[in-house]
Amino acid sequence: MSKLLNVSSSPHVRSDVITSNLMGDVIIAMIPTAVFGVWQFGVHAALVLIMTVLSCVVSEYLFERLLNKPVTVGDLSAVVTGLILGLNMPPEIPVWIPCLGGVFAIVVVKQLYGGLGQNFMNPALAARCFLLISFAQKMSSFSLDGVSGATPLALLKSGETVDVAAMFVGRIPGTIGEVSTLALLVGAAYLLYKKVISIRIPGTYILTVAVFAFIFGKHDINYVLAQICGGGLIFGAFFMATDYVTSPITPMGQIVFGVLLGLLTGLFRIFGGSAEGVSYAIILGNLFVPLIEKYTLPVAFGKEGKKA
Amino acid sequence: MGLATFVGGIHPYEGKELSENQPIEVLMPKGELVFPLSQHIGAPAKALVKKDDQVLAGQKIAEAGGFVSSPVLSSVSGTVKGIEKRRTAAGAMVDSIIVENDGQYTEIEGLGADRDPETMTKQEIIDAVREAGIVGLGGAGFPTQVKLSPKEPDKIDHVIINGAECEPYLTSDYRRMIEEPEKVIGGLKVILMLFDGAKGVIGIEDNKPEAIQKMTELVKDEPRIEVCPLKTKYPQGGERTLIYAVTGRKINSSMLPADVGCIVDNVDTAAAIYMAVCKSTPLMTKTVTVTGDAIANTKNYSVRLGTCYQELIDAAGGFKTEPEKVISGGPMMGQALFDLTIPVAKTSSSLTCLSHDAVAEMEPTACIRCGRCVQVCPGRVVPQKLYKTALRHDLDAFVKLNGMECCECGCCSYICPARKPLTQSFKEMRKAVAAARRK
Repeated sequence: MSKLLNVSSSPHVRSDVITSNLMGDVIIAMIPTAVFGVWQFGVHAALVLIMTVLSCVVSEYLFERLLNKPVTVGDLSAVVTGLILGLNMPPEIPVWIPCLGGVFAIVVVKQLYGGLGQNFMNPALAARCFLLISFAQKMSSFSLDGVSGATPLALLKSGETVDVAAMFVGRIPGTIGEVSTLALLVGAAYLLYKKVISIRIPGTYILTVAVFAFIFGKHDINYVLAQICGGGLIFGAFFMATDYVTSPITPMGQIVFGVLLGLLTGLFRIFGGSAEGVSYAIILGNLFVPLIEKYTLPVAFGKEGKKA
Repeated sequence: MGLATFVGGIHPYEGKELSENQPIEVLMPKGELVFPLSQHIGAPAKALVKKDDQVLAGQKIAEAGGFVSSPVLSSVSGTVKGIEKRRTAAGAMVDSIIVENDGQYTEIEGLGADRDPETMTKQEIIDAVREAGIVGLGGAGFPTQVKLSPKEPDKIDHVIINGAECEPYLTSDYRRMIEEPEKVIGGLKVILMLFDGAKGVIGIEDNKPEAIQKMTELVKDEPRIEVCPLKTKYPQGGERTLIYAVTGRKINSSMLPADVGCIVDNVDTAAAIYMAVCKSTPLMTKTVTVTGDAIANTKNYSVRLGTCYQELIDAAGGFKTEPEKVISGGPMMGQALFDLTIPVAKTSSSLTCLSHDAVAEMEPTACIRCGRCVQVCPGRVVPQKLYKTALRHDLDAFVKLNGMECCECGCCSYICPARKPLTQSFKEMRKAVAAARRK
């Protein structure tokens, strides 16, 4: 009888899905592209991924221990951040650079704002941008099979043509995790199937980039496809723009957010100095999230056409 | 095109297989009977009897305390032991009439007499429903005669019988639908007599194919009645979601079903109306499911109102494992009990006995803004934002974010991967807002 004294208000049942399950699904979804990256770029890429994840997890653990906060590495969010950051690194980067990025992502972007759920920018992307600015040369030298070369989007920007089929498969220079559209789509399909993410953000994002590229870039299907497959757009759209914490919670807001990211990315790529722009578009887009949410609150059931 | 349903909602473990094949058994009370004077929404009933009075089964022992109120009838014959405060399922101590059962079940005169509703005026039918002590038996407990007397009866075009029974574990409505479907349909026909322009719709979730089939068979020659299969999804049987699924019309928290031409009654209520009007039998019994993984034998009982919950547990063989949670009602909206000396009331539907407490073993973690609460909310509000206002106890912000549109269905709490007590906090807030408005 005594056990019954632990009364509580309904509901008395809960779904089995908890935060660490969701994070685990995101990790699983990134495995195809990680495996492809390591297969294509070699053992150093694996080292980069492992060290970046470790850096994030250890940073989170130490920070929380030092501040006497509950240790939350078990929710796997630091692993996700580390993996995304690692997959955003050039395969030949000296390992200390992504490790520094991991510390920045977890301590500065995430924990200083209050930990999981409180950061307003995607920690991995903010760290990547921090590294891009700080170590521009090392962060943007790419090679494939020992031959250094420009990324497809850089070639495209300088007016050359690219092989879209190679881009789709991933036989191109780039960061560890962004190159293979195919591997990324496999992971994305898993996330959609498991309903971890909805198609709203990635769908509108990619569509907007395509339309933007068609109108302001070249009226050429090959060019548009290269814009979609290149520059980490697929990776960004499915794995980074959909980050729960830094994207709108309202369905309509997610569509607005996707379109905004598409416009920013198109703007940066076609009118900006660099050939790429996904990372900057997403972290800038993150800043608009509170505003977007405020104006896209759903209309309550039965209150359509009435003032609240 | 799929089955009629609504946007949002969840698919919790149904648990219906535990008790759905148990026929309804009549369970006679052993001990004293307890009749709380407030088992409905509205003013408490006023006692008509005093200590040591003799009462008969079916005798009115308390009269309606106002327009929105309902009388209380004794379900047995015996002696009034007194009027004292007793605990009800909601946890509060409520003035209750205690009757010592003489075991004779002597009934008042005329009980069970056949009556032809065709010979009755509309007002006579409504009066019969009121005098029978009928309230919304699905759980809300709103006095039925009030529901049947809308301001503009001509505008009612749908009488919806709620057979969704979307709450997990519950099978009492299901058993009534397959064992006594003619009573449910009879009740619906009586209601339709009050609303000449209306058609009757019986909404049943498609996880109850036998009920759908039986009802469809019985109404095939009834031009004014149809069966509407509904998609199995919680909370399909909520009043607002049900009306939307059946008619496509939407009501918000400040509207009544009658505002969109609808009357909604539970299957149990419809059967009670039939018994009251056509059989001169007031509401004296209630079908209660005794279920869960902690109970020895799952059962569906027809019990006299006022019977102690403990007697139902004992009759079902007691607990096979120590329960961590015994719920009056289902797991989504029911009340957790800390004491089993609680009487079966008009709104009782189930005793769900769970061997482990899924909520207590889960510590809330940080909200990751995953948006699942927004997706499942049938009221189309944003639980994640409401929760922030609840933590601050900011009533104005809560109301502004449409917090009063929350129907407390529990979907957001169920789905939340961070296990936040969302619905739980909204209940507190809604009470606080309602209290502030009354001032």
